[in-house]
Amino acid sequence: MDAPEEPLPPVIYTMENKPIVTCAGDQNLFTSIYPTLSQQLPREPMEWRRSYGRAPKMIHLESNFVQFKEELLPKEGNKALLTFPFLHIYWTECCDTEVYKATVKDDLTKWQNVLKAYSSVDWLIVVVENDAKKKNKTNILPRASIVDKIRNDFCNKQSDRCVVLSDPLKDSSRTQESWNAFLTKLRTLLLMSFTKNLGKFEDDMRTLREKRTEPGWSFCEYFMVQEELAFVFEMLQQFEDALVQYDELDALFSQYVVNFGAGDGANWLTFFCQPVKSWNGLILRKPIDMEKRELIQRQEATLLDLRSYLFSRQCTLLLFLQRPWEVAQRALELLHSCVQELKLLEVSVPPGALDCWVFLSCLEVLQRIEGCCDRAQIDSNIAHTVGLWSYATEKLKSLGYLCGLVSEKGPNSEDLNRTVDLLAGLGAERPETANTAQSPYKKLKEALSSVEAFEKHYLDLSHATIEMFTSIGRIRSAKLVGKDLAEFYMRKKSPQKAEMYLQGALKNYLAEGWALPITHTRKQLAECQKRLGQIENYLQTSSLLASDQHLTTDEREYFCREILSFASQQTDSPGHRVALPMHSFAQLRDLRFTPANAVVHVGGVLSVEITVCSQMPVPIHVEQIAIHVHFSIEKNSYRKTAEWLTKHKTANGVVNFPAEASPFPTSQSSLPALELYEMFERSPSDNSLNTTGIICKNVHMLLRRQESSTSLEASSGLALEDGAHVLRCAGVTLQPGPNTIVFRTQAREPGTYTLRQLCASLGPVWFVLPHIYPLVQYDVYSQEPQLLVEPLADSLLAGIPQKVKFTVTTGHYTVKNGDSLQLSNVDAMLILCPEENRAVIYSNTREKVSDALLRVQSSDKVTSISLPAAPTYHLIEFELEVLSLPSAPAAGGESTLLGVTEPHGKHKDTQKTGHCMATTDHKVSIDCPWSIYSTVIALTFSVPFRTTHSLLSSGTRKYVQVCVQNLSELDFQLSDSRLVDTHDSTDLRLIPLNTESEQCIHSRQAVFFVWELKWTQEPPPSLHCRFSTGFSPASEEQLSVSLKPYTYEFQVENFFTLYNVRAEISPPPGTEHCRTGSLCSLDVSITRLSDLLEVDKDEALMESDEYFSTKLMYEVVDNSSNWAVCGKSSGVISMPVTAQATHRVHMEVMPLFAGYLPLPDVRLFKYLPHHSAQSSQLDADSWIENDSLSVDKHVDDQLDSGSVKSRGSVHSAASSEHKGLPMPRLRALPPGQAFNSSAGTQVLVIPSKDDHVLEVSVT
Amino acid sequence: MAVCVAVIAKENYPLYIRSIPTENELKFHYMVHTSLDVVDEKISAMGKALVDQRELYLGLLYPTEDYKVYGYVTNSKVKFVMVVDSSNTALRDNEIRSMFRKLHNSYTDVMCNPFYNPGDRIQSRR
Repeated sequence: MDAPEEPLPPVIYTMENKPIVTCAGDQNLFTSIYPTLSQQLPREPMEWRRSYGRAPKMIHLESNFVQFKEELLPKEGNKALLTFPFLHIYWTECCDTEVYKATVKDDLTKWQNVLKAYSSVDWLIVVVENDAKKKNKTNILPRASIVDKIRNDFCNKQSDRCVVLSDPLKDSSRTQESWNAFLTKLRTLLLMSFTKNLGKFEDDMRTLREKRTEPGWSFCEYFMVQEELAFVFEMLQQFEDALVQYDELDALFSQYVVNFGAGDGANWLTFFCQPVKSWNGLILRKPIDMEKRELIQRQEATLLDLRSYLFSRQCTLLLFLQRPWEVAQRALELLHSCVQELKLLEVSVPPGALDCWVFLSCLEVLQRIEGCCDRAQIDSNIAHTVGLWSYATEKLKSLGYLCGLVSEKGPNSEDLNRTVDLLAGLGAERPETANTAQSPYKKLKEALSSVEAFEKHYLDLSHATIEMFTSIGRIRSAKLVGKDLAEFYMRKKSPQKAEMYLQGALKNYLAEGWALPITHTRKQLAECQKRLGQIENYLQTSSLLASDQHLTTDEREYFCREILSFASQQTDSPGHRVALPMHSFAQLRDLRFTPANAVVHVGGVLSVEITVCSQMPVPIHVEQIAIHVHFSIEKNSYRKTAEWLTKHKTANGVVNFPAEASPFPTSQSSLPALELYEMFERSPSDNSLNTTGIICKNVHMLLRRQESSTSLEASSGLALEDGAHVLRCAGVTLQPGPNTIVFRTQAREPGTYTLRQLCASLGPVWFVLPHIYPLVQYDVYSQEPQLLVEPLADSLLAGIPQKVKFTVTTGHYTVKNGDSLQLSNVDAMLILCPEENRAVIYSNTREKVSDALLRVQSSDKVTSISLPAAPTYHLIEFELEVLSLPSAPAAGGESTLLGVTEPHGKHKDTQKTGHCMATTDHKVSIDCPWSIYSTVIALTFSVPFRTTHSLLSSGTRKYVQVCVQNLSELDFQLSDSRLVDTHDSTDLRLIPLNTESEQCIHSRQAVFFVWELKWTQEPPPSLHCRFSTGFSPASEEQLSVSLKPYTYEFQVENFFTLYNVRAEISPPPGTEHCRTGSLCSLDVSITRLSDLLEVDKDEALMESDEYFSTKLMYEVVDNSSNWAVCGKSSGVISMPVTAQATHRVHMEVMPLFAGYLPLPDVRLFKYLPHHSAQSSQLDADSWIENDSLSVDKHVDDQLDSGSVKSRGSVHSAASSEHKGLPMPRLRALPPGQAFNSSAGTQVLVIPSKDDHVLEVSVT
Repeated sequence: MAVCVAVIAKENYPLYIRSIPTENELKFHYMVHTSLDVVDEKISAMGKALVDQRELYLGLLYPTEDYKVYGYVTNSKVKFVMVVDSSNTALRDNEIRSMFRKLHNSYTDVMCNPFYNPGDRIQSRR
């Protein structure tokens, strides 16, 4: 704090200000007490309760004790508060009544009267008691008496206005107690006085403020009044309250200015509108700028004066409050608002004056803050002060431009005059800074004095500002200041210094994609690079600018011409060239291959059509456009085949290139999204998970070094690939916008060609697209000739002519006239050669080229097909008909294959149940002209039919049925169906019962044929038959070849009927019909129809007494549960082997239902002795199990005595059981040998009378 | 009435920037770009507190002699910057806030447009 050197009475405007307390009475006494008093008073805080709901505060009170004089009392209307005596104290030591009456009372009365005259009620009478003094006196009165007297005389009802202070100078507890009481009293009274007087003052002030709309109201007067209040608060160390007073004044003034702007002008405000004549900046080094205050008091202050004074006071208070950063912030606001207010009030300001004022003020504030903070504090609060620094820099810059200090030539006379005027407005330096070397005043004066000094100061400030901005991370702000600096350097003709700042700024704008700043900065950079002679960089920047949409056409054309003029210059070194990135010059949009799949055979022509979008504003003639191609020998030969060619068709051969989003920042466009994939690694042994993770597939894209902008985009990164493979196109004029350029090339070496770079040359200037991405490739292949044989239909059918397609892929082989395919003939397969067979030649792209007649010559062994002449990489296609001769598939069961037409090739019978066709493979070997090896081709034919046969009987008459099933999708015409006995026995005849000789068999349907067997002599035990039928596809009218019939061979055995079984059910005697629930009789008669035949000779045949017999077992089974068989349902009989031998069996059955019921089944089995081999067919397992029959044992004996009796050859046998012995076996009679003559007969059963329930089952 | 309004993507490139008068566009571009320094500072300094209070308005970013620059940040870190003429005293904090709210609503409408690709530049009909 700068203490005032010369305190001016009566008001001392310093921190030393204290509320005034007057002292009357015994001055000597007071003088003796004063040291203790002034020391004790502020020791303890006191709570100050405030009016208007303001928060109470603890306050340490101090006072300035002065001798009471009448002049100190304020006169009516005096608003001064600082000089206001808040309390009047009368001191007396009197302890003697006489003395009191004589002098003290009068003195007190006089004092009281004066106070009353000024209506001051804040007073206190202190009676000091002194024991030492008392002892000296003789007429000592009781201590209280004087106090009482005084109270009585003066303290009317206010007895507390008189206090006693005992032995103040002693050190005793009583003294202490007395002091405390006194001090508390004193403080309370002081605060009471404050509250009362300040409250009154505030009320008055408010009244004054309310009058502000009245005409004569003056802001300056009001200012002085409110400031008085602020002073008092400051005096009481209530800085916060003091600040509030100034802030209120500030706001009031601001509001008036705003209102003035809105047209509501106050008279007093016009005074502040006087032209600015002095701009010496803020003065913050004194707590109170008396000079300015007086101006305000005299109502002579300008707006700047008022603002300066107001801010200096706010600054002082804020610094008391330890808020220096708020000073900085408020300062910036103040400076801005002052500039605005001057504009608003239309105050005339000489050019540059405000710049000076702002510059000085900024530095003043900064120095003031630096003056009260340490370095560390300042460094950590740069964010608050940097605004002032940059503002000062800006202002100094504009001053420099104004005064001609930036131009190369230095200031002219006009500039000098202006400078002089500006310096004049600064006035003389203030005494308080006169000794400071770096005062704002000196700095400004020096900076304006010469070009060099200005440069020094401006650079200092700029660098300091940039450094500060950078240190707190305000990079963008730093770059902007840097750009100003670059502008300055450019003006000073030092482009080399400017470049760094421009590059830095440009990089920043590019990174964040701010198009306009980019364009602007680039323009500056272009200028800079031009001056520096950085030709490549300049050309590159120019190309970027020429393609910049944000520039006007004129500007773009200018930069375009710059490039063109350089390109047209004759260069000294012919090899020298300037490589520039392509994207600013032209952009590759798409690329189209012809052929579209970008695969071409050796010698073929490939064309590449590219669309390039020229970014230049004018048409540009380019000497040459070239695509550099990288060649690699493809390891994977598959890619080179025609097969690959046909299978891998790209959409249409067009590759689109993503448009470069030029103005977007790197973060958006060039950084691709993460491509993450899960990764699992399993152990090979047990497939358990070993590791898992995430793989980023495009790390190489993400982790590459960020390409630095502009300058580094230049040639260094553009390595031109000089490969042998270059596609060229010369003399192209690129119009603005899209252009199409076609490159043609003839394929030479097989391999993969990758398009790497695109390069457009313009004299020494080369525009290079270093990488063509996405990857574009074309392939050149060389292919071996190939032959492909495939059926036209899904499968080939045997027996009828079928078409087969031959495809010859010529590859690198040229088919000459006379070249032929040699097919080795196969017996079972014919190659049919229709006339007018044509071969078609296609080009590689499946376009038909020509067709030619195909000549086919057949000899016994070889069929020769002469190929038409065809160039390389073509296809020859033709069709041939082949015919697989049908073969007879074997019939299952009792047939064997005999004399079946066996094909030459391997005959594979894959007949299965279901609808699979039997297939036959034929292998053909073909000799091709291009190869010494034969090509073997397998053709698979399917037999379209499946045939089954069955034997049918009617008594002894026999029929053979053949069923032909068509398994194919085609309809066939069957003709000339025939069944012959292959043994050709004369006594056997097959009489066809089929009426039609031609029959149509549709797809997936069957046709049945029946023949009756007739014989004259004893029929043979087996019959070998062959079924054959001619067939031809129903759809085709006429076939060129006669087709072989379809044959089927089979064998029928034991077809002769030996036994006739007849069953009959008769109702119970006396009734007409069978009834449900009543027993009926079942008579079964088994009749031998023939004498001993060859077929009977088996194990069951027994010879005894010159006649033969065989054992049969019968069984009555009713599977449909219509009948209940009562008693024994089966039995073994011995059948004599003679014709007409009959065996009858009687049984009883009971019908369970009413209606026409079919008879129960009667089955016959051959009963074989046990000793035969294990090949028996046991049909009635359960029966054997149950009865455990041995040969000898008869069933009858074991079963319970039923009513059924078997007659005839029933002989009883030993009932010994042979457990563990082999069981007798049963064999079903072959279906042809037993004929059931009663099959299909039915018996009428009527319901019983008493049966009320009728069951009807509907099935 | 603001003299310049800008919508700035999370990555600090402008999605939309428009100034009236148009002849001094460049100046406003520089100004708005520079103001991002303070926006970043404010977001990082009181980021936590802002998120908790759901306070999107950043207040005055910085004043200049002629303009006041205000900021606003959405929850998705898209920034709105508005430049207001300093002499326009009619615009108090509340007016600025409501202007930002309107701007935010419009921006939300744009984002709701299924034909708009987030991150693309915003086209204005006017």
